[in-house]
Amino acid sequence: MLLPSALRTRLAEGPGEAEPLPVVRHPAAGAAPFRFAARRGRFSREHEFFEDGDVQRHLYLRDVLTQVAEAPERPRVPEFTCQVAGCCQVFDALASYEHHYHVLHSNVCSFCKRAFPSGHLLDSHILEWHDARFQILAERQDMYQCLVEGCEEKFKTSQDRKEHMVKRHLYPADFRFDKPKKSRGPAAPGATMPVSAKAPAGHGEQSEGDAMEVCSDGHVAPSPVPAGESSATPGLPGRRAYSHRIPATVCFGQGASRGFKSTKKRSKHH
Amino acid sequence: MWRRQQGRFRPVGCGVEELRRCRREREAALRKARREQQLVSKRLLRDSALEEAEGVAAILGEAEIQQFLRLAQQGTEGKQREKALVHLRRGLQHLETQQTFIRLEGSMRTLIGLLTSNQALLQLEAARCLHELSHSEQPAVAEACLPATSYLLTYLSGHSSDFIELCLYTLGNLIVESEAVRRQLLPQGIVPALAACIQSPHMAVLEALGYALSQLLQANEAPEKIIPSILGSAIPRHVLRLLQPGPKLSPGVAVEFAWCLHYIICSQVNNALLITHGALSTLGLLLLDLAAAVQRTEDAGLELLACPVLRCLSNLLTEAAVEAVGGQIRFGDERVVAALFILLQFFLQKQPSLLPEGLWLLNNLTANSPSFCTSLLSLDLIEPLLQLLPVSNVVSVLVLTVLCNVAEKGPAYCQRLWPGPLLLSLLDTLAFSDTEVVGQSLELLQLLFLYQPEAAQAFLQQSGLQALERHEEEAQLQHRVRALRETALHG
Repeated sequence: MLLPSALRTRLAEGPGEAEPLPVVRHPAAGAAPFRFAARRGRFSREHEFFEDGDVQRHLYLRDVLTQVAEAPERPRVPEFTCQVAGCCQVFDALASYEHHYHVLHSNVCSFCKRAFPSGHLLDSHILEWHDARFQILAERQDMYQCLVEGCEEKFKTSQDRKEHMVKRHLYPADFRFDKPKKSRGPAAPGATMPVSAKAPAGHGEQSEGDAMEVCSDGHVAPSPVPAGESSATPGLPGRRAYSHRIPATVCFGQGASRGFKSTKKRSKHH
Repeated sequence: MWRRQQGRFRPVGCGVEELRRCRREREAALRKARREQQLVSKRLLRDSALEEAEGVAAILGEAEIQQFLRLAQQGTEGKQREKALVHLRRGLQHLETQQTFIRLEGSMRTLIGLLTSNQALLQLEAARCLHELSHSEQPAVAEACLPATSYLLTYLSGHSSDFIELCLYTLGNLIVESEAVRRQLLPQGIVPALAACIQSPHMAVLEALGYALSQLLQANEAPEKIIPSILGSAIPRHVLRLLQPGPKLSPGVAVEFAWCLHYIICSQVNNALLITHGALSTLGLLLLDLAAAVQRTEDAGLELLACPVLRCLSNLLTEAAVEAVGGQIRFGDERVVAALFILLQFFLQKQPSLLPEGLWLLNNLTANSPSFCTSLLSLDLIEPLLQLLPVSNVVSVLVLTVLCNVAEKGPAYCQRLWPGPLLLSLLDTLAFSDTEVVGQSLELLQLLFLYQPEAAQAFLQQSGLQALERHEEEAQLQHRVRALRETALHG
């Protein structure tokens, strides 16, 4: 198909409409037995007209065709260590470091060191677990917000919220990021976190050992058994019990104070 | 930017001939599937470099699966646990392993536990296992992944782009599995989750998201159950943003979102809304960009993007809201016509099956637009158009229809159509056996004779009557043949 050379030039020039030639129609045009009428057409999804293009699309999806995308650069770098205090994981690729960092060190609650998959869940956690004002307000209004992205509903108790998430959003009843807050042991000092009769629910109880990551240089490694799995963990029972019963005031020298806390505080490493 | 690359997804170990044969067979199978409304495809994300290093995977039995799961869950050493999952993941490449896995009690629960653990590498390997399962050809296997979906969605608002990409491809595979899966994903908030995730700056994430979204939009129930909520979200605006041509336009991302737009538009739910968001302008600019790219590069898979763009434009042009549009591309801008012809030439060489779609757009551009018809004439595009006539009957009918669009505008237009190669081409098409082609030729002749009487004389001199008489007995054509004969002979 030979195209006039001026065409490419035209494409490179600026926008512009052709000054239309005068339109003058004769009534006999398209009159019976003729039937032509200029009209735009549309096709619906399943129309046969789209068959060829659709097949090409699906061949592409199934990779019989080569991709147009650029292969992403995954550069290897000289070995380096994670810089977060207390973590000595070693990496030789940026991608795996990025993943490690985001799983373990970002969205980490600075009060209890639990890690969360997203900022949204972290914020909810801090509000519900570590903010005494929340508990007070919760007695008077619906404060427990649905955890599903985009849902604005709020509830009186975490149990109500859970029921909503199960019923309305078809979430699993044992959704791991909405576990009830376990009581913090006998001498909860300061009583700044009132423990109500119904076990106050919070969420975010992660697998054990999340914050207790120890250097992987042969020392005791944590065994993050998913909370909810009933199987007894061989090897590290002591450690598990330990992380459960740390009294609220013990902060490993991190200097976190208790009491009214700004909810903005998160993943700060002292 | 528009280079053909060895994709991450390419099946390992296929030679070129093998690939061609593969492709022909698969094409036939896909056509059949589409006719039965069963056209469904999944994507598999595997690191081909890694695969080559790891060698061939073996099928795993029940005991082995249990052992690997136990090691992964309860092992004492991080590396050991990760390795166990790697073994499992490799075994899961086989359907038999997949089936054994889902039959084992507690296996999915354990896998989900590992997916949501805080060990980054375990998490990633668990996600890869899930991904293999999601890609299974057996519906039961993919559906066994359902308990994981709330977590996959939760992780979309995380920050690790590799992980999110994997979750998205897995979701995309699950979405397309069955309506039952989608009935779970929608209340779980997949639309808001995607709307949030589409703001990611990572191209790999966006391409994966486009894939997952396109699967959602392709569902049979999408026009009623899915597209309205998509249109009500921020997604359409982001899709259009990501289709803006420019240095940041990623071809892989653009392909996915162009298809998303096509599924939305051809469902005819609320195209006026898309027009107010500037869809026409964006698509028009993209068309120009494609034409420019075609001129620069040899073979780049551009037809994969061109196809949905053409469809979107053509369908949008049928909306009443079009008339009110301004924007960067005024719909009259003749660069659009120039770009379209460059693409038509490209299709002729690389993908002739897309010619009808290109010509459909040309019809929609010219039907009600004196300006575009004038552009065709002033840019000397009639002759190139005629060169397409021999390609196929469908193409011929469309070419003739476009020519009728021009001719029906009156004498000023017909004067530019004749004298010229048109008459000879029409004599050729009259020799076709296809009734529709001949019929459309007759329509064009009527207009030509009406507005340019000298053409009738020339027609007679070129043995036009004999060409007409060939079709005198054909029921669909005879009245028009006779009428034309009359006009030609008696004016």
